[in-house]
Amino acid sequence: MSVSAPRNLQILTVVTAGLMLIALGLVFLYAPQEATMGEVQRIFYFHVPSAWVGGLAFFVTLLAGIAYLRTGDDKWDRVGYSSVEIGVTFALMTLFSGMLWGRPAWNTWWTWDPRLTTFTILLLVYFAYLMLRQGIEDPGRRARFAAVYGIVGFVSVPITYFAIQLARSIHPVLFGPNNPDAQGSGGPLTPAMLQTFFFSLFSFTVLYFTLLWHRLRLANFAERVEQLKAKMMSA
Amino acid sequence: MADQPWKQVEPTTAARPGTSRFAAYLKAIFAIVRKDVAAEARSKELVSAMLIFSLLVVLIFNFALELDRAARENVAAGVLWVTFIFAGTLGLNRTFAAEMDRGSFDGLLLAPIDRTAIYFGKMIGAALFMLLVEAIVMPVFSVLYGILLFKPMLLVVVLLGTAGYAGVGTLLASMAVHTRARDVMLPILLFPVTIPVVIAAVKASTGILLAAEWGDVAPWFNLLLVYDTIFIAVAFMVFDYLVEE
Repeated sequence: MSVSAPRNLQILTVVTAGLMLIALGLVFLYAPQEATMGEVQRIFYFHVPSAWVGGLAFFVTLLAGIAYLRTGDDKWDRVGYSSVEIGVTFALMTLFSGMLWGRPAWNTWWTWDPRLTTFTILLLVYFAYLMLRQGIEDPGRRARFAAVYGIVGFVSVPITYFAIQLARSIHPVLFGPNNPDAQGSGGPLTPAMLQTFFFSLFSFTVLYFTLLWHRLRLANFAERVEQLKAKMMSA
Repeated sequence: MADQPWKQVEPTTAARPGTSRFAAYLKAIFAIVRKDVAAEARSKELVSAMLIFSLLVVLIFNFALELDRAARENVAAGVLWVTFIFAGTLGLNRTFAAEMDRGSFDGLLLAPIDRTAIYFGKMIGAALFMLLVEAIVMPVFSVLYGILLFKPMLLVVVLLGTAGYAGVGTLLASMAVHTRARDVMLPILLFPVTIPVVIAAVKASTGILLAAEWGDVAPWFNLLLVYDTIFIAVAFMVFDYLVEE
């Protein structure tokens, strides 16, 4: 196992950095200022992609959990665990960028809106996932329990969302059926805004896979260290 | 036969002439429930702890919220469910912890039955203890808060909510018991996952207590049914992996 990153990963990392820089440039230089919200609307270009990456990461954990239980291959456990760490980071970013936006738009840092509440519950599920892993010594058991919790936790999210959605939401919906109760959404997005948004969404998705790859290498190294340690002890 | 000694344990799980596989499965579940109930009937440590804890919570809420008559009617369902859920967590924590401490869970796993029968047995046992506590707390609550809780639909909601909570709780308790800080771990794992049950149960109970139209209560009631079905099915599918040694 070579210590320096494989060539493809090095290239991918550089490409990701470039994409993120371009996205940043688009957000601040290319996208027009939004009429009703002003500059604060620019948070949207990072807020929504972060939320998407969070959801994607937890979905990958669900798939990895199922794959682990079916195959028993440790690789899938490392994928699930790595993905949760990235997902939690991006979900926290979503939460805080949302709060920064909510303060001027809704005049409050926090409101018990369905979307906000379900998102926070999602975050708590994965905090619990990380705590569960920390509390178990035996690697095989840890992997099995984490896989099960990754599945149960992800299944609970749509149900929680449905449960709270029976009430009304003030969170803006830009794609899909419009939300008549939404507060703080401006008019429809202009082409320049849409281009910026989709570029940002794309860049964040690439960023997720780059991070996942790096994180997986780290997990593989950690695994190797464990094995070497065990070897030393027994020798 | 001699070269296949394991064949001998089969009759308890499967086909004894005249009994179907399903009947044997039900018998295994019932045996585990009976064992848990018998153990509890002798020690009485679980239900009495849950009961005293519940009564304390009900009393503390009364002081904490300074409830007047109008406020009481609005928050009654919430207070009731929070009480049930806290008490339920106490009980769920113990059902596996006691087995582990006495080393009897390994014995249970050695039994020649389908592993999921252990799950259902444990789940029904946990639900029974919760229901027993609820059956005592609800009349007390009725008297202290001056609200009549004996409405048939409310009892159905309590039954469904308890089933869902015990269903997911049993699954997660079997995990939490293997962790380092096992008593703290269960609520952390369980509460975010059971939030839909709590919301649906509280909303449905409030609707029933305030005599709302059935059309307003029905979505919450259906949500309880959906939650119970999905999560008990998921638990049924994954339980094997949790007890695999």
